[in-house]
Amino acid sequence: MFKNLMSWIEYRLPFMDKMNLHVMQYPAPKNFNFWYFFGSLAMLVLVNQILTGIWLTMNYEPSADGAFASVEYIMRDVDYGWLLRYMHSTGASAFFVVVYLHMLRGMMYGSYQKPRELLWIFGMLIFLVLMAEAFMGYLLPWGQMSFWGAQVIISIFGVIPGIGEDLTLWIRGDYVISGATLNRFFALHVIALPLVLVILVFLHIMALHEVGSNNPDGIDIKKDNDGSVVQTEADKKFTFHQYFTRGGKKVIVDAIPFHPYYTVKDLVGVAGFLLIFAWVIFFLPEGGGYFLEPPNFEAANPLKTPAHIAPVWYFTPFYAILRAVPDQLFGAIFMFLAIIALALLPWIDRGSVRSMRYRSGLHTANLINFCISFVALGVLGVLPAEGIYTLLAQIFSFTYFGFFILLWFYSKNEKTKPLPVRLT
Amino acid sequence: MMKNLFSVIALVASSWAMAAGPAVHLDKAPIDLTDKASLQHGAKLFQNYCLGCHQMQYQRYSRTFRDLDIPEDVGMENLMFTGEKVGDHIKNNMATKDAEKWFGAAPPDLTNVARVRGPDWLYTYLRSFYADPSRPFGVNNDVFPMVGMPHVLQELQGMPYKAYETRLVDGESKQVYVGIKTDGTGELSTEEYDRAVADLVNYLEYVGEPTKLESRELGTKVIVFLLIFFVLAYLLKKEYWKDVH
Repeated sequence: MFKNLMSWIEYRLPFMDKMNLHVMQYPAPKNFNFWYFFGSLAMLVLVNQILTGIWLTMNYEPSADGAFASVEYIMRDVDYGWLLRYMHSTGASAFFVVVYLHMLRGMMYGSYQKPRELLWIFGMLIFLVLMAEAFMGYLLPWGQMSFWGAQVIISIFGVIPGIGEDLTLWIRGDYVISGATLNRFFALHVIALPLVLVILVFLHIMALHEVGSNNPDGIDIKKDNDGSVVQTEADKKFTFHQYFTRGGKKVIVDAIPFHPYYTVKDLVGVAGFLLIFAWVIFFLPEGGGYFLEPPNFEAANPLKTPAHIAPVWYFTPFYAILRAVPDQLFGAIFMFLAIIALALLPWIDRGSVRSMRYRSGLHTANLINFCISFVALGVLGVLPAEGIYTLLAQIFSFTYFGFFILLWFYSKNEKTKPLPVRLT
Repeated sequence: MMKNLFSVIALVASSWAMAAGPAVHLDKAPIDLTDKASLQHGAKLFQNYCLGCHQMQYQRYSRTFRDLDIPEDVGMENLMFTGEKVGDHIKNNMATKDAEKWFGAAPPDLTNVARVRGPDWLYTYLRSFYADPSRPFGVNNDVFPMVGMPHVLQELQGMPYKAYETRLVDGESKQVYVGIKTDGTGELSTEEYDRAVADLVNYLEYVGEPTKLESRELGTKVIVFLLIFFVLAYLLKKEYWKDVH
């Protein structure tokens, strides 16, 4: 009876087949290391944001008069409202932590290279939408930093020649940030952008499963079935969906089914992540003033400018680049270029060896340069733009873009090491 | 090149720590959220000395009573003066317009003041008033210069003044600032006053985040659960991965 029902459904909607294709018989390279936890963790945080977000909207009031008080109501009067809010606010920061590490993984092992360019582009779009989502969410508590941070970031659009002023007016829906801005940001934050985000994540995973996962060695696990590579006993042990062998044209080596091997492994990553996540939520919910900034516990006051306005930490690397350039328009251009350069990595990197394991020492040094520049810019973006800080921000902006320029030049004829045939 | 980069990072980090430091040295507030007697005393001080001008418009009386182990009838008898209901927010009836006229700026709401300023700032601020006849209320403050607030705790502390002593510095006798002293007209000794301020700050810290103790208690349980879960997840992974060579 049950079997008949299952086959009735399967005939009309091949659910089990799709589950096999994407989960139980998806061939994942067997050598994923620590850096491969962050994709599944990003999914976990997305689910956390959506669920806690739904419950927060049940008591949140999107109006200039009521927003701040309603957040305090959630913190004090709603059962476990404080927990929902801290899970959501900490989740926002956690999202960027795991996404930045996820992107770094892609850079270390060349996961953006052919044929994964589109996968990388979808990832960059997710990153962009995530930034918009976080920015709009930060306005909602209607605290001092919500208000003034949004003021600063929206004014960036004002430097565009000709249309700048009208554009900022269009974004705010008012001459200043007001209840009108809050309402539209609320609508975008809870419906429009999450919807786009979920669709992009779906496309990201579909694109991933089409080309297959990269791995720390950066070599293919699907080999041409021309007899040059022979499957070992260990390879023959597992069944993979026929889709991945392209009707016998490919042989799959050194792979294991995603489920159960990586589901149980990711579970360890989830437990480790949740330990740190819970520790922040329960013991340091303000994240040292970086996840929830102290001035934001004061209601927005358009007549009182805080002494020092800093965006939340995950925007500060790009904010530091913006401020490092003396001219406002060029500052904004360089800030957007910093993100566009990342999106163009598959074409800036002209090499064919993916993983830094088999690339030149120069490439490793350049990657370290990128990490240091990014972190240093992040620190500088929190600090006031004065004296030595401006100079340092200029130096690190230079080394940040230097990463891409250098990469373009040396990657064409890079001295790489010989690639192994099989995963190590 | 790497060495240079690291020294620059170190420079940034050290100057960062400096930049984050406050202009005035702040004393560490000796507060303890589990000390119910201290919190109760703090609540009493707030009702008597602060509420006239400052509200806690997001905190309810009933919440304070429940968390501080104050029976409702005792609380209503001793801490509520103008006939509010126990579920009401802790508010006064001062009009913002009047307040601006009297003090230059409306006194801020104090529900979250401990989260905005930090307890150490509050503890130092309330102990840093000193006589300054040039100011409208005759007092100034080292932590918040030119503040519009009168020294409402003068009744307890007495009139504080900046004390100087003549001392030998490098062979010359100079006037050296030795700190704020009181003229002794207050009800409390210096130690008692510091304790009273600490109790008040303790209460403000509690009101800023009334769920803090609950959060720590629940958090400990969650962390213990996750540690066990981590071990089990790891063992499960190890068992499954026996097949992978």
